Amino acid sequence: MTKTITLDGKTIPFEDGQTIMQAATAAGVYIPHLCHHPEFTPHGSCKLCTVKVNGRNCSACTFPAAEGQDVLNNTKELTDDRKKITQMLFVEGNHFCPSCEKSGNCQLQAVAYHLNMLDDHFPLFYPHREVDASHPDVLIDHNRCIFCTLCVRASREHDGKDVFAIAGRGINKHLIVNSISGHLKDTNLDKNDQAAHVCPTGAILIKRTGYQVPIGQRLYDHQQIDEISLASSGSRPDEALLTFMDEGNADDCREQSRPPSLAVVSEQHHGE
Amino acid sequence: MANKIRVATTSLAGCFGCHMSFLDLDERLVALAELVEFDRSPITDIEHASNCDIGLIEGGVCNSENVHTLREFRKNCKILVAVGACAINGGLPAMRNFIPLEECLNEAYLDGIGVENPQIPSDVELPLLLDKVRPIHEVVKIDYYLPGCPPSADVFWKFLTDLLEGREPELDYELVHYD
Repeated sequence: MTKTITLDGKTIPFEDGQTIMQAATAAGVYIPHLCHHPEFTPHGSCKLCTVKVNGRNCSACTFPAAEGQDVLNNTKELTDDRKKITQMLFVEGNHFCPSCEKSGNCQLQAVAYHLNMLDDHFPLFYPHREVDASHPDVLIDHNRCIFCTLCVRASREHDGKDVFAIAGRGINKHLIVNSISGHLKDTNLDKNDQAAHVCPTGAILIKRTGYQVPIGQRLYDHQQIDEISLASSGSRPDEALLTFMDEGNADDCREQSRPPSLAVVSEQHHGE
Repeated sequence: MANKIRVATTSLAGCFGCHMSFLDLDERLVALAELVEFDRSPITDIEHASNCDIGLIEGGVCNSENVHTLREFRKNCKILVAVGACAINGGLPAMRNFIPLEECLNEAYLDGIGVENPQIPSDVELPLLLDKVRPIHEVVKIDYYLPGCPPSADVFWKFLTDLLEGREPELDYELVHYD
């Protein structure tokens, strides 16, 4: 007999070993999340996926589904909590969307839109954080890091490297890279590593690709993150791009999207 | 005409882009003018807000004059609205928050390339700069927020028509953008 849990009053099936997040995604129910990624070991740190299980708050991405659970997800109380969590993420970093090339493709922003977050509510920290532009192909803007550890997990679990880690605690928490100099250029990160693409915000960016799709035509500009997330079985929407690049089309992708005039100029220079 | 809703607008540490976007209401401005009259605003040149129903504030708070203006608006507007990214989180002007104020002034008025007769402006007429640019909700209570850089004319229209017709203002997904 199929085992089931109750999610917002509806009975949904689960298999042994599934988390509440996995069962919900399989049943077509979106639970907001940022640090969760279906391919990686759950981390349970962003707390956006907080649901009420038999009256207690739990992280849906880490909590195992079990027979007899009565789970609340889409309630006003939880939505308000999630909005507050998102506002805290915004004020603890420096998230200036108008000057960020990830705007429109950013999951932090998309979750905030989804929650109809119109303001930051809390006083802003304006923490002083650095930008590491040392790597030829990949940029780290620490201002936008939310410590979801997706780059840490992607590097270890997918890329077979160990490029990223989180150091420090509380307000001093920060992303570090695995090199003696502390610079990204001295690590073995490659622009085609999943770790370079998995960032849900604009903290890790591939250089020279930021404006290939104009603002206003981007992933979340007209479609909500819940629809996009469920359509891709809970996986990350920017992975469509990643899969494309994995197939060796990365250079084609860049060539095709370059404005024709620039391509012509570049060819002329080569001709000389 | 005595029953018209009174609206005041101002830009603090902003670029007037939100005001420009407001003007993008185009012909809808005519319809709006049937329902509202403008008090203090760049549209009227009235210098002080008084007894207003709605105050629209663009820009964050970067100097002492911004603080005074913001408090005057709060005192004189029943509903105060933070308009645009700068009012909501400090926006672009707040990117100076990561540089000590003295360094900013030195760069602009003493050490910058092409500066002639270098001196840091200091006059009783000039408002003093705050050490950091702050969003306006850190200074006064704000009733509503219209995000965007700038919010589109449709955002202004939806918000104002909701208010004028007695509905709780709501912005649909397509109207909420931070960029």
